[in-house]
Amino acid sequence: TLASVSPNFLLAGCLKKNRICTSDSETGGSPKWDNKAQYLLTCIGFAVGIGNVWRFPYLCQIYGGGAFLIPYLIALVFEGLPLLFLELAVGQRLRKGSVGVWKTINPVIGGVGIACLIVSFLVGVFYNTILAWVLWYFFHSFQEPLPWSTCPLNESRIDYNLECKKSTPVNYFWYRETLNITPDIEISGSVEWGMVICLASAWCIVYICFIKGIDSVGKAVYVTSTFPYLVLTIFLIRALTLPGATDGLLYLFTPDWQTLTNPRVWLDAATQIFFSLSVAFGGLISFSSYNEEKNNCERDAVLVGVINSATSIYASIPIFSILGFKATTAFNACKDENILALTNYFEFSDQNITLQNYDYWYEYLNTTYPEKFQSLSLRECDLQKLLKQSVSGTGLAFIVFTEAVISMPGSQVWAVLFFVMLFSLGLSSMFGNIEGVLAPLNELKLLPRWMPKELISAVICLISFLVALLFTLSSGNYWVEVFNGYVGSVPLLIIALFEIIGVIYFRGMKTFSDDIYIMTGRRPNIFWKACWMVISPLLLLVVFVAYVIVQAQTRPTYQAWNPDYEKFPETEEKLYPDWVFAIIILLCVVPVISIPLVALYQLLRGRFRKSSVGMELNPYDNDAFVTDTQEQKTQRA
Amino acid sequence: MLEKILLLLSLSLSVAEGLCKPGVGEAYKVRFSIKTALGDQAYPWNKNEMFLFRAALAFAMRDFTNGEEFGVSDIHPCNETQRVSFWFVVTRPKTMDLVDKGTVEMAIKKSRNRINGAFLLTDKTLEFDGIYPTLAAPVSPDTPPWLIVFGVVMGAVSVGIIALLVYPLVQRKLKKNMDADDEDSDEETGVKTAENGANDGIYNSTFSDDERFTQM
Repeated sequence: TLASVSPNFLLAGCLKKNRICTSDSETGGSPKWDNKAQYLLTCIGFAVGIGNVWRFPYLCQIYGGGAFLIPYLIALVFEGLPLLFLELAVGQRLRKGSVGVWKTINPVIGGVGIACLIVSFLVGVFYNTILAWVLWYFFHSFQEPLPWSTCPLNESRIDYNLECKKSTPVNYFWYRETLNITPDIEISGSVEWGMVICLASAWCIVYICFIKGIDSVGKAVYVTSTFPYLVLTIFLIRALTLPGATDGLLYLFTPDWQTLTNPRVWLDAATQIFFSLSVAFGGLISFSSYNEEKNNCERDAVLVGVINSATSIYASIPIFSILGFKATTAFNACKDENILALTNYFEFSDQNITLQNYDYWYEYLNTTYPEKFQSLSLRECDLQKLLKQSVSGTGLAFIVFTEAVISMPGSQVWAVLFFVMLFSLGLSSMFGNIEGVLAPLNELKLLPRWMPKELISAVICLISFLVALLFTLSSGNYWVEVFNGYVGSVPLLIIALFEIIGVIYFRGMKTFSDDIYIMTGRRPNIFWKACWMVISPLLLLVVFVAYVIVQAQTRPTYQAWNPDYEKFPETEEKLYPDWVFAIIILLCVVPVISIPLVALYQLLRGRFRKSSVGMELNPYDNDAFVTDTQEQKTQRA
Repeated sequence: MLEKILLLLSLSLSVAEGLCKPGVGEAYKVRFSIKTALGDQAYPWNKNEMFLFRAALAFAMRDFTNGEEFGVSDIHPCNETQRVSFWFVVTRPKTMDLVDKGTVEMAIKKSRNRINGAFLLTDKTLEFDGIYPTLAAPVSPDTPPWLIVFGVVMGAVSVGIIALLVYPLVQRKLKKNMDADDEDSDEETGVKTAENGANDGIYNSTFSDDERFTQM
């Protein structure tokens, strides 16, 4: 291979001139991490993503607060950590990217690497679109007042825009000014140029960090992996001082032990751990292949897994404090509205009814003048109901959080900090996705040798950008949901299953234990062995089957933003049309189809080769040495 | 004489009181929320404040009708409540004709800020029932701020990309030049050593006679 030839060649030329020669990765040697910290930060950055901030707190909330931590931690220990350890160990030992390791273990399962490649590419495309949205909000946070705090005027300038009045300014800014969303996924609308600019910026930023491969990524992660923790701490301190923070936190952490009896909770916990750790993308295998061989990957795996979960829990504290603050603000606004109505109607003195004695006056007036009271039709103000409004995903970041930020003093600062944090979280995850695309491409030898890695990265970023233009259409948000729900779920489960099977049954538990002994100095203990051989594959299989059953039970639907809907501003639930459904099936099947295809190809080729070997009888072939060379081969590999 | 004047005054007062009927005709309702607006620094509502209101409204009418001499006596309040809310009607100066609602509304809209200012209140805390405040047009700066931020970020990124791509090329070029220089200097030193060797050699006296002869 080029990598093994060029340093020697250059060294020879170098030595000719009697000079001291150093071969670094610039001259074609294999890439390496500068130090252990870079490697750990990159892995942590890949695992810790936007989902830790906007998916885990939501799950915690709907599944009974503190009680959810139990299935979550159990899933982490029995499913997450074994998978993580497996990937890091395999990559570090075989020193190849996701295509190379599976080919080395057994060519029959070489398709797993190709599946990783396709999944990483597809996930990278839609994930960076989310980062483009974050960039858009970041750019717009430098205005006073924030653009999502007031409604624009309508054409006649007498009143506010109708769509904005019916919903809220925050909803309007997200659905109309950012996305310009169409009421249906079939209506594609036009390309949104503001979003195209943001998407181009996002891809340029990814490119500049990936321009020199892991040399530049290793430097970038010093910032992108550590900055979110700084911002989360700042938010934590700020959020805990806001009024209503304790209500939010109590609501989050009050355990509801009943939910543990619901199997859906265990399924969601296992699913969340699996997707949160970013296994089965191939990126982790690549990253650990750049390590030195004698590195304690067991400790690394446990460290990355524990930090990922700890970050989720740590992030949910400021998120829920701020949600509690938002609920309290809305509650007080509701009460103020009612107070004004009561004061005006009954002609009480101004500020006779205050927020403090509201309840007393409410009861008193209701009992003393019931008919008059009913005629006012006051809004019911319920704090628990407001706290129950649980949102996850883009709704949390772009609607709920932005609304909360308006009420905080110094809104611009908090908005800017929040969006930069989201961007860093997403960017460090994007590094893993891009690595999961580039490393297999290099190993498949599809690209010409003369292409420098900067050009390859540029081409990949450009192609991804062009594909992602689909998401800048007016219906783009619906497509992101499709990709998020189907590419980033079922194929990963299948890949992970095959990874475990490949390592434990094709490579063999004994060989793998030897690998780990060589790398860490001790063999894996009974816990790891039990997990790899029985518990994790079983858990994954159960999760996969349950997932498919749950998905297959109902025809998939999506939430559409339709201003003409009679229950607007509620979102309308619509069925996916048939052609979209076909695309969904394609998205689930195409990434993993390479696994059986490559297996079939290898089996057929093997059979042909076997028959042809039988034909050629080599008179010099001494069987006594055949077994030796095979052992040597396996030792070397 | 005096009795006639007194009779006329009481008549006019009773007529005026009849004019102001809550909810009918040309009457407007106004609400003050002083404590909400000013908190601790709220002033109490009394007859003097009422006088100020009537004066402010008279000013608004004068301003709108361009000089018609409305006076404090042309503003007739009634049904004052503890809320601090009351109804009022406006009559033309020197007559008992009611000014229609439309004119009053336009006059108040024109001088709304002045009336608010007189009471240290805002559109929300000094409420004229039925007269909605004109919506403030959203501030739209000439260059949208987001474009500026975008320009800064993308400028930095583009400079970074170009620098990272060009720098190694430049380095390679310099290295090539340095290599070429080194080769040249090697040859030169090689040659020089030969020359130096010749210069540092033993002086051959057989050639010294040549010099003597050539000096001639």
